[in-house]
Amino acid sequence: MAESNDFLHNVADKDYEYGFTTDVDTEIIDKGLSEDVVRLISKKKGEPDWLLEFRLQAYRYWVEQKQPEWGHLNMPEIDYQDISYYADPTKSGNSGKSGEIDPELMKTFDKLGIPLEERMALAGTAVDAVMDSVSVKTTFRDKLREMGIIFMSISEAVREHPDLVREYLGSVVPYRDNYFAALNSAVFSDGSFVYIPKGVRCPMELSTYFRINARGTGQFERTLIVCDDDGYVSYLEGCTAPMRDENQLHAAIVEIVVKENAEVKYSTVQNWYPGDKNGKGGVLNLVTKRGHLRGANSRLSWTQVETGSAITWKYPSCVLSGDNSQAEFYSVAVTNNFQQADTGTKMIHIGRNTKSTIISKGISAGRSQNSYRGLVKVASSAQGARNYSSCDSLLLGSKCGAHTFPYMDVKNSSAIVEHEATTSKISEEQLFYCQQRGINTEDAVSLIVNGYAKDVINKLPMEFAVEAQKLLGVSLEGAVG
Amino acid sequence: MNGTRQYTDFFNDVRDTLYARSCDVMNAQREMALARFESLGFPTRKTERYKYTDAGLDFEPDYGIALSTLTDELPKYCHRICNAPIDVTPYYNSIADRNDAVVCLNTMLSVDTLLVYIPRNTRPEHPIQISNILKGDNDTMVNRRLLVVMEEGAEADIIITDHAVNDSRFLTNQVIEAFASENSHLNIYEIEETHLLCTRYSNVYIHESRNASVRHTSLSLFNGHTRNTCNVQLASEGSEVNLNGCVIADKMQRVDNNTRIEHLVPHCTSNELYKYVLDDSATGAFAGIVYVSEGAQKTSSAMTNANLCATDSARMYTQPMLEIYADDVKCSHGSTVGQLGEDALFYMMQRGIGIDEARLLLKSAFITEVVETIPLEPLRDRLHFQVDKRLRGELSKCEGCKLCK
Repeated sequence: MAESNDFLHNVADKDYEYGFTTDVDTEIIDKGLSEDVVRLISKKKGEPDWLLEFRLQAYRYWVEQKQPEWGHLNMPEIDYQDISYYADPTKSGNSGKSGEIDPELMKTFDKLGIPLEERMALAGTAVDAVMDSVSVKTTFRDKLREMGIIFMSISEAVREHPDLVREYLGSVVPYRDNYFAALNSAVFSDGSFVYIPKGVRCPMELSTYFRINARGTGQFERTLIVCDDDGYVSYLEGCTAPMRDENQLHAAIVEIVVKENAEVKYSTVQNWYPGDKNGKGGVLNLVTKRGHLRGANSRLSWTQVETGSAITWKYPSCVLSGDNSQAEFYSVAVTNNFQQADTGTKMIHIGRNTKSTIISKGISAGRSQNSYRGLVKVASSAQGARNYSSCDSLLLGSKCGAHTFPYMDVKNSSAIVEHEATTSKISEEQLFYCQQRGINTEDAVSLIVNGYAKDVINKLPMEFAVEAQKLLGVSLEGAVG
Repeated sequence: MNGTRQYTDFFNDVRDTLYARSCDVMNAQREMALARFESLGFPTRKTERYKYTDAGLDFEPDYGIALSTLTDELPKYCHRICNAPIDVTPYYNSIADRNDAVVCLNTMLSVDTLLVYIPRNTRPEHPIQISNILKGDNDTMVNRRLLVVMEEGAEADIIITDHAVNDSRFLTNQVIEAFASENSHLNIYEIEETHLLCTRYSNVYIHESRNASVRHTSLSLFNGHTRNTCNVQLASEGSEVNLNGCVIADKMQRVDNNTRIEHLVPHCTSNELYKYVLDDSATGAFAGIVYVSEGAQKTSSAMTNANLCATDSARMYTQPMLEIYADDVKCSHGSTVGQLGEDALFYMMQRGIGIDEARLLLKSAFITEVVETIPLEPLRDRLHFQVDKRLRGELSKCEGCKLCK
């Protein structure tokens, strides 16, 4: 046992794999937040007046608000004046001609396993790579364009498709939604914009890769996905950040609009820097994600694997307005060391015969705190609504915590809402069974944890599933023993 | 706030009377309670534990506040706190929540406390029944206080029933503190059968020592607005608690049950079962939290909340929560909101049972699960009968009453 413990500690001390920094000239605006900063960001991006107005309204609203404190989190105080709200690594002197990418940036993304050269790309995945506040490159744009699919950074979309952006931006998550949504609406930088026209099935996975690089900055990306009638798209999101002693703020908004008979799958593998073994540093991941199922028979599924971030506070939600619409939420949240997560989902049933499924698996180790918080709301108009939620928590270690806070508000007599949750540690019988068959403790735990998370991992696209499985292994190593 | 003002003013007016009629143990807490009450104000719906009940609104009307004391002649094991056979200072107001304004209001205004004291290794021959009868021609507020002290190895059944005999508005604010010492067994049954104009706030605090076992059963059969909390501290190893409850509500009734079970040490067990049947425009709420503190290993806990919503205007809010800081535990909770099974209804109709009767049978069977947990046989039989009558709308209470017709 002692030997296996040594082995475990060795692995546990392994550093965060993506913790390097890239040395590129980055144009960073001065720290602080004011109306002038909002104007400056808008000017740098060459935005039209309506968007500046939107940002200013959001800013003025944000100033009046106080940061909420209801999360089951121990948050370090955020000094909003000590953050730079815009960092542009593409403005370096190295790239002579416009349109060419700094080789340093190319190298960074290569190192992260995200090749920006289309010929090198994994077959069937188009990538929008975002570093700090700016989208570096979007691949396969032209190929997608032929089918009428728009896939580009949101800044470009504002220029090229202002009508579409204006119609949908803030329609799912209005800037008044919450404190962080207001902040994001005021200062958002880049993110992806996806539009799937009527009747088009997107032939490849669309993916955005977010990277925070510059010191003292926050990332405020904004993603907007609109899937028109009968469309289909599968969208992936991945994220990493360098290791820093300070906390970095990441406050994003993702909005998804799903129309009649359309289907959207949104998958996230979140691996922001979680802080070191003593809980120092790490990314504060405060995100508002929401999908609006507007059309009849529309479908939306959120799949998330949360392994990174010092603090995760997010609830990818679905508003089921279309009749017969279906929503799913699959989540694995792993916390280790001093990480804290308060995550879950909201399912708002408005349309008739709407269905939602929630499968949430929490795994906590070390001294971490992992909470599931979810709301299932059935409006009186939602005849025949159906919800099934299951949230299980697995505890590895006696110093960690696992919590469940489900809310169910039912206002319709024909609705069926079910919730169940269990919390336990890895069963000794299962461990013993594996060990009997010559599998050592480490492998047995990994086997059991992977089996436990299988329901969720199976929902991820293939390449992501492999990565997620590896991440689960790495995040938990050293937690057992 | 205006709401708190009327109570503090009243307190200041009757301070002397209060102090004179009551005794030192209770008087010692009053000023502190007043200060807390003033600084806290009535909880709003923004307070997590009051999310589904607006206390400010319930306490706003101008009630006459009753300041009567208990009689000196009380049955065996029951005492006025002023004539307590033991020193009650360590018990009185020691586990009640000082951060809850409603509890503070009770501490401030209660004139007398009924003490149920069961000495070492004693088991009363009969269950102790406490009937609270609300009577008065004017709108009245009552502050009730009960203190239960169980010594080592004591056993007792306490049945508490609530009735109202007039059609006036009544507001009851009740606080129960119960201490179960080593190896003691305590069963508390609370049965509420009042009327639509009655508002009830009840806060129950239970503290358990080694190998103690407590069962608290709450049945809301008929009421106006009810808010019950039950807070349990499992403070020593081997203790066990069972919280059960059922609610039958229709018309504009409102019932909010809020429970908190704290597992502070290893090897404790808790079970919870709450069932609701909601009809017409009734509102039901259930929020339960099981808290397992660090080091409370080998905790076993199960919570079930099942609800039937019979109409579209009935609302159910449910919130079963777990907060766990230990790893070697087995905790689960389940919650459902649904309606009567079509198949079961069809089966019965096929066999010549009318739809109304079939519905009734199913509802009755649904509630029976809670009633069946009651070990006291005569009470169980009585309650089966009561539940059946209640579901048929023929509660004995209803005869001659014009309130909801």
